[in-house]
Amino acid sequence: MTPSTISHQETLIESSQKFNAPRLIDRIFFWLTVALAVSVGLILLWITWSLLSIAFPAIAEFNIGFLFSQVWNPVEDAYGALPQIYGTIVSSIVALLFAIPLGVGVAVFLSENFLPRKILTPIAFVIELLAAIPSVVYGMWGIFVFIPFILPGLQAIYGTFGWLPFFSTQPSTRQLFATALVLAIMILPTIIAISRDSLVSTPPELRQGAYGLGATRWETLTRVLVPSALSGIIGSIMLALGRALGETMAAAMLIGNSNRVSASLFAPASTISALIANQFGEASGLQRSALFYEALILMIMTLLVNMLAEVIVNRFQQVE
Amino acid sequence: MTNPSTRPTSTNNAVSDDVVIRTENVSVYYGAFQAVRNVYLDIPKNKVVAFIGPSGCGKSTLLRCYNRLNDLIPSARVDGKITYQGIDLYDPKVDPVEVRRRIGMVFQRPNPFPKSIYENIAFGARVNGYKGDMDELVERSLRGAALWEEVKDKLKQSGLSLSGGQQQRLCIARTIAIEPEVILMDEPCSALDPISTLRVEDLMHDLKQRFTIIIVTHNMQQASRVADLTGFFNAEAGEGGSRFGYLVEYDRTEHIFNAPKEQATQDYVSGRFG
Repeated sequence: MTPSTISHQETLIESSQKFNAPRLIDRIFFWLTVALAVSVGLILLWITWSLLSIAFPAIAEFNIGFLFSQVWNPVEDAYGALPQIYGTIVSSIVALLFAIPLGVGVAVFLSENFLPRKILTPIAFVIELLAAIPSVVYGMWGIFVFIPFILPGLQAIYGTFGWLPFFSTQPSTRQLFATALVLAIMILPTIIAISRDSLVSTPPELRQGAYGLGATRWETLTRVLVPSALSGIIGSIMLALGRALGETMAAAMLIGNSNRVSASLFAPASTISALIANQFGEASGLQRSALFYEALILMIMTLLVNMLAEVIVNRFQQVE
Repeated sequence: MTNPSTRPTSTNNAVSDDVVIRTENVSVYYGAFQAVRNVYLDIPKNKVVAFIGPSGCGKSTLLRCYNRLNDLIPSARVDGKITYQGIDLYDPKVDPVEVRRRIGMVFQRPNPFPKSIYENIAFGARVNGYKGDMDELVERSLRGAALWEEVKDKLKQSGLSLSGGQQQRLCIARTIAIEPEVILMDEPCSALDPISTLRVEDLMHDLKQRFTIIIVTHNMQQASRVADLTGFFNAEAGEGGSRFGYLVEYDRTEHIFNAPKEQATQDYVSGRFG
């Protein structure tokens, strides 16, 4: 017998019981991945539990009324989160109103063959670079360049449409609307990159099928390609919404940190993350607890957005 | 061995009826690569014409010229002249979208849209500006594709929930819903099991009452079962070693299979190569 052939003189059980390094590595590998997977879950639980326990004094003190109160008074230890909840949600929604049409439009453009690939690839790369700009840079750019640039336009809107509740105040240099526009620019790359990927990965047979029936490019895009890429597009919007809700630095620098709910988008406002960033340094006692309560609310909000995204994406995938 | 640049004489005696599509000295290029060389071929009305031949002989490429689907490939270029009812398909004044409304296509892999069965049919009709009774059109098209009895209770379900054979008949139904004059079929049964294949072939016999059908197939039995006329394509290495496809022989199907004029055809249909 040559040394290269395997001897089968042992029984199957004997050879299975024998020590064997690859088999051991296989077992270790299995348990290592289990441990890593479990640790991620544990970290999430740990963070949630810490938030809950530190927020507990504020939860006990203010209860659910915290969500509806506009007071933030460290002197009298009275706190409420309504302006921050309002500012967080409204700034994110306004940001989405601008970012969705722009982002999906750019994604469609980049997924079609309007331009040769040599030009498209650099454009896509530059768009993805937008995501790499640190948010503090967006904040500085907003303060010194973007807000001064758009303020005359906002003045004009106020002059013409000032009778509408959401444009009913003189545009301030720190305000919700301008913050939302900067947020829109920040979340654009997310929407563009993921929407484009899901458009590009629609089967070419679908496009040929639609063209073969005499559909124009517009009809093919709007009735076949975009619907079949919809789960990816909605996923991108939800991810972008998650980023807008939690965005801290740019919002803290631009929104004006005013503790009032104003119907006007041109008035200063506040967001949960901006409030935490501004006050956490000098907070103690019940104030710190109230900040943790706000953080908990923000976490629940983003959790809900993520769950909603899962539900929507699953629903659309079932249709496909 | 045939000289591929000369016009096969069999084209003339094969065709006596009304010609719907006339192919005159057509060559197709992808960039500098010549995929199809000097094809002359007439498609008569209300007949089934099969294109057979080994892989890479340009038969699908030629088929896609008839509804200008090769326009989707930026480097593709067509030389020569293809006329449909006497009009040059590649005339700059001709809109490819209009061409595809008159010359429908069924693809190799069933490609229903990710929409309901009903919407799969209605889509083509809507983009073609159909204003009539949509329910009636959907039923008529599904009956025409021999699918109605199987799906009439689940028109709201996704077209992708059907089996492969049913999906292909759905694609045929959505093509006949736009009432084209010609239906191009690019290996429509290659992804189907034998029973589904037979159903689609039966369907072709019915459809040729109303439509002209051009079918590309690798399956010679299929060509002999469904086609009135058969064109045999072959590939040959040209100058520089790149292979181009050309039409070897085009004749009545029984002649191609029983008494072909060319040795290459004889070899192919008797299974000696390809």
